[in-house]
Amino acid sequence: MRDEDRAPAAPAPLNRRQFVETALKACGAAAPLLVAVIRIPSAGGQETAGSDEAGYDAASHYYGMGIDIDKCIGCGRCVAACKAENDVPADTYHFNTWVERYVIDSQGEVTVDSPNGGMDGFPPVTSERGIRRSFFVPKICNHCANPPCVQVCPVGATFATRDGVVLIDEQYCIGCRYCIQACPYGARWFHPTKHVAGKCTLCYHRIVRGLVPACVEVCPTGARIFGEVEHPATPLARFMRMNDVQTLKPHLNTRPKVYYANLDGEVR
Amino acid sequence: MALPQQVPRLVVIFAAAIVALVAARSALVPATFGKFGHYRAAAVDSIAVRPVKFAGRQDCEECHDDVGSKRLAGNHRGVGCEVCHGPQAGHVAAPSEVTPPAPRDRSFCARCHAYNSSRPTGFPQIDPETHNSLKPCIACHDPHAPVPPVVPQECGACHGQIARVKALSHHVNLPCVTCHTVDEQHKVNPRAVRPTKPMERAFCGQCHDQAATRVKEAPRIDLATHYQRYLCWQCHYPHYPEVE
Repeated sequence: MRDEDRAPAAPAPLNRRQFVETALKACGAAAPLLVAVIRIPSAGGQETAGSDEAGYDAASHYYGMGIDIDKCIGCGRCVAACKAENDVPADTYHFNTWVERYVIDSQGEVTVDSPNGGMDGFPPVTSERGIRRSFFVPKICNHCANPPCVQVCPVGATFATRDGVVLIDEQYCIGCRYCIQACPYGARWFHPTKHVAGKCTLCYHRIVRGLVPACVEVCPTGARIFGEVEHPATPLARFMRMNDVQTLKPHLNTRPKVYYANLDGEVR
Repeated sequence: MALPQQVPRLVVIFAAAIVALVAARSALVPATFGKFGHYRAAAVDSIAVRPVKFAGRQDCEECHDDVGSKRLAGNHRGVGCEVCHGPQAGHVAAPSEVTPPAPRDRSFCARCHAYNSSRPTGFPQIDPETHNSLKPCIACHDPHAPVPPVVPQECGACHGQIARVKALSHHVNLPCVTCHTVDEQHKVNPRAVRPTKPMERAFCGQCHDQAATRVKEAPRIDLATHYQRYLCWQCHYPHYPEVE
């Protein structure tokens, strides 16, 4: 009984040579089909140029941003503008840029808050122990020259462009969230409906057209400065010449390209 | 010398495998992947063509040059049009179809100008509850060239933080000009023309030295021996000079 169950029905037995021949023929027949199937959707798109928008030469630029803490009034216009410009979800969890308020009380204890990313402004400080000092710190992706988020991406969906902007390829991102974990500045977030990582693009679509990022455009006090890191005749280079600039978490060797002036030692 | 029988077979199999690999790779790897680095170069293009929503102040001023030049001459010279009027690329594309909003609510101006102790010193701030609380801001201030309709009588109109601290201190009755000489231009161009500050210990000594006669009840120290290596304001904050 048992032997009968185990014995196969055994039609024409296949020897090794026949098997290899059949398999190779099948592969040969399938390969062009596969190529055709995969090429069709991509052939329609513009997969040729590689970031040379009419007259824009990515190789001749290298962008960064300057932020003057002494000028930030915490109005949150930058946060609102960024959400509008970049279609960031309008909830209280997802921000490309946000403003933090630091309050250092008379005992030296630091409190940081950022209600709704600072978009609706900040309520008056309430501190029972008296305030030693208090200030606003706008935060944004640092567009690191040595970005840890790019290092960890398993598929090459996030990258630093030749002009020094860290971007995400939304069609290629598999949504593994590894980059969100890797960013030491908390600048990345997970898109609730697209299921891909999201982040500041330094308004790449604006800067290739010669405009400044939306947050820089709407900053009423000029606390944000956009420009070239390496060209001496741009607003950013002047800002870096005229101020003692610092970066956030320099010990991590991420080499950020967002430069802060008048930064307090308590800022993380 | 005849090759062993299995060698040509293996060569055929390896060649087929390599062809299959190359074919699969060219099919599966996107066309522009690796052009500039380990990423799809075409993704940069798809990001670069996203629509712009904030047109930028230069575009606004191509038509509204009168408002533009007025703004550039006033205290809102650094404030872009779209800070208050919102993203207006749509208005630039179709000026008659899209009308930009103009915020007239008191709460909008207060976003920047309500007193908040975290704001930088010298930034003009008011207390919205006590500052003409029933009038819209634009009744007195032109948002495109805002100036105080009357020159502020009190320094605290702008320096609210200092005024509040001083109100709690023993210096409460000293007018600001006791210690600061303020040029009239400071009220018009606050950052370019700054008030003076006392520069030496002798200034505080006018009231606080043992030999001083100006104010009877001021606490006295011997200016010659009292921590003579330091300037007074290195230990005592002049707007709140109480000894802690």
